[in-house]
Amino acid sequence: MAQMTMIQAITDALRTELRNDPNVLIFGEDVGVNGGVFRATEGLQQEFGEDRVFDTPLAESGIGGLAVGLSLQGFRPVPEIQFFGFVYEVMDSISGQLARMRYRSGGRYNAPVTIRSPFGGGVHTPEMHADSLEGLMAQQPGLKVVIPSTPYDAKGLLISAIRDNDPVIFLEHMKLYRSFRQEVPEGEYTIPLGKAEVKREGSDLSIITYGAMVHESIKAAEELEKEGFSVEVVDLRTVSPLDIDTIIASVEKTGRAIVVQEAQKSAGVAANVVAEINDRAILSLEAPVLRVAAPDTVFAFPEAESVWLPNVQDIIETSKKVLNF
Amino acid sequence: MASKTNKASLDAMKQLEKVEEQFQTIQILNEEGEVVNEAAMPELSDEQLQELMKRMVYTRILDQRSISLNRQGRLGFYAPTAGQEASQLASQFALEKEDFILPGYRDVPQMIWHGLPLSQAFLWSRGHLKGGDIPEGVNVISPQIIIGAQYVQAAGVALGMKKRGQKAVAITYTGDGGTSQGDFYEGINFAGAYKAPAIFIIQNNQFAISTPREKQTAAKTLAQKAVAAGIPGVVVDGMDPLAVYAAVREARERAVNGEGPTLIETMTYRYGPHTMAGDDPTRYRTSDLDNEWEKKDPLVRFRKFLEKKGIWNEEMENETIEKAKEDIKVAIKEADNTPKQKVTDLISIMYEELPQNLVEQNAIYKEKESK
Repeated sequence: MAQMTMIQAITDALRTELRNDPNVLIFGEDVGVNGGVFRATEGLQQEFGEDRVFDTPLAESGIGGLAVGLSLQGFRPVPEIQFFGFVYEVMDSISGQLARMRYRSGGRYNAPVTIRSPFGGGVHTPEMHADSLEGLMAQQPGLKVVIPSTPYDAKGLLISAIRDNDPVIFLEHMKLYRSFRQEVPEGEYTIPLGKAEVKREGSDLSIITYGAMVHESIKAAEELEKEGFSVEVVDLRTVSPLDIDTIIASVEKTGRAIVVQEAQKSAGVAANVVAEINDRAILSLEAPVLRVAAPDTVFAFPEAESVWLPNVQDIIETSKKVLNF
Repeated sequence: MASKTNKASLDAMKQLEKVEEQFQTIQILNEEGEVVNEAAMPELSDEQLQELMKRMVYTRILDQRSISLNRQGRLGFYAPTAGQEASQLASQFALEKEDFILPGYRDVPQMIWHGLPLSQAFLWSRGHLKGGDIPEGVNVISPQIIIGAQYVQAAGVALGMKKRGQKAVAITYTGDGGTSQGDFYEGINFAGAYKAPAIFIIQNNQFAISTPREKQTAAKTLAQKAVAAGIPGVVVDGMDPLAVYAAVREARERAVNGEGPTLIETMTYRYGPHTMAGDDPTRYRTSDLDNEWEKKDPLVRFRKFLEKKGIWNEEMENETIEKAKEDIKVAIKEADNTPKQKVTDLISIMYEELPQNLVEQNAIYKEKESK
């Protein structure tokens, strides 16, 4: 097994699927010769040719339309949106077209499209690059929304996403691209979409989270352990549809929960998780379920970013409120 | 200090004028049914000419019946087509079965003549999921509601055909208003950049609901927008079936020979309202303008042309009308007999495999529907 960063694991997944299925096509802005602005598609055009891995004109809606059209011709497109903040330009292709293809055609056509895109704070990008817009995506029926937190998960989830016959939004947190390495198996393996994973077991409190916040939550759990609290961390991995069973099993075990997301607090994934817990496990709860999230402003300008983003301290404070309720 | 006169700007104006002069409306058959452009005459047999006439007569009847069915509450959403028969049907007539149509919501007739059963067209209008469930082997997708979205998708279908090495084209339709959308430019630009076999039709029926063509753009023609994408563009008389056919046939030829996409503007007019959902054209169009366009009617001029050739007569016309009426009657009955759609039917087609939330919701609606 090789030690890989998340970006390497993603490239490896793309290479695996380009080899595995001649219908897989990769395209987007600068994904060809340049290998993508983060090098996610590094070397793929050289290996598979311009017919399979190609640059597009600079227009996100066109990229989305291309994906719709190519899927109608039996291809399995894996377009890249260079930064997820640019998604507004391609919202119609995603929500108006891809997500509805199966439904609109009475099941006749489907859209096996995986849209990959970097997002996430902590790397001091210009505006419209770092926003967490998974809540927006999660509100669209017909899509699946996947956010890996580790290199191992990224490869297995991306292979599953590409093989899935429904459209998947695959969001890659920029801060995780190169922040650590992990053992990643060679060749193909899959991790099922729609399944959460308990990343750390505990018995006093469940932290339900995803993406970069998984790592902040694990750090918080380690700190809390020093004070005698046993904290479980559940990584959703797919934020839509939710793995409700895993969430509820954890909450029923611990009796206390917080939900941590990098996105702004209102609406969104964490609110949905709280609502599901409320619907299904309220009698197992010893305390209210609280959220840790960013404030409801537009994504912070870089100079305020480190305070704006939820961090280990925020998670510890909220955890203690629930633990000591 | 006043800046010096910029001579380059004068040249820019001239350059624009020169480009615009190139986009003259091509006509083959004039309003009297006379061939005015023998050199451009497409090769069509008498049988093909008769078939095209039959389709136009049939579709005019379908439009009239659809409007009255809508008024009786027996049809749902309907966008009238009378006046646009040459644009719609002659362009489809120039296609082969393997070509793929991405229609706008007024383009149901092209889908029908490409193989969509009439009963399904009615079901689509009523808002039944069976309406979009296109039969295997019929190369169409249900009509696009978002203006312009079909243009970027057509670029994708065409690129897919090229990658598969198919000798086929993707054809898509929008209106004059649609040319103002970003997706219009992205579609023609992408197809041009990839030399993809696409045909982009603009049915310029002069009004986007109520907004007149001249308010959409400063461009003198809509076809000249092709210049910016580096692809050929042409304006044709959209009330002239032969001109429309010739332009699409030529574009198809180029596309399957690997020469890329073409943009075609058909100058046409819808006689009726935008849709049957309460639009009143008298608020934005004069009856003088209506009359002016009705004189250009595609059926009238084609009928004159065929009668002069001795290959069309009243009997053939009546036969076609009766056939249309009978087909419509049968198709409506078929639509009526289609099982009513349930919420559980809709849930079942959201994903290949239902996620937990929909499994639970399916159970709730199954229970409701059993009562």
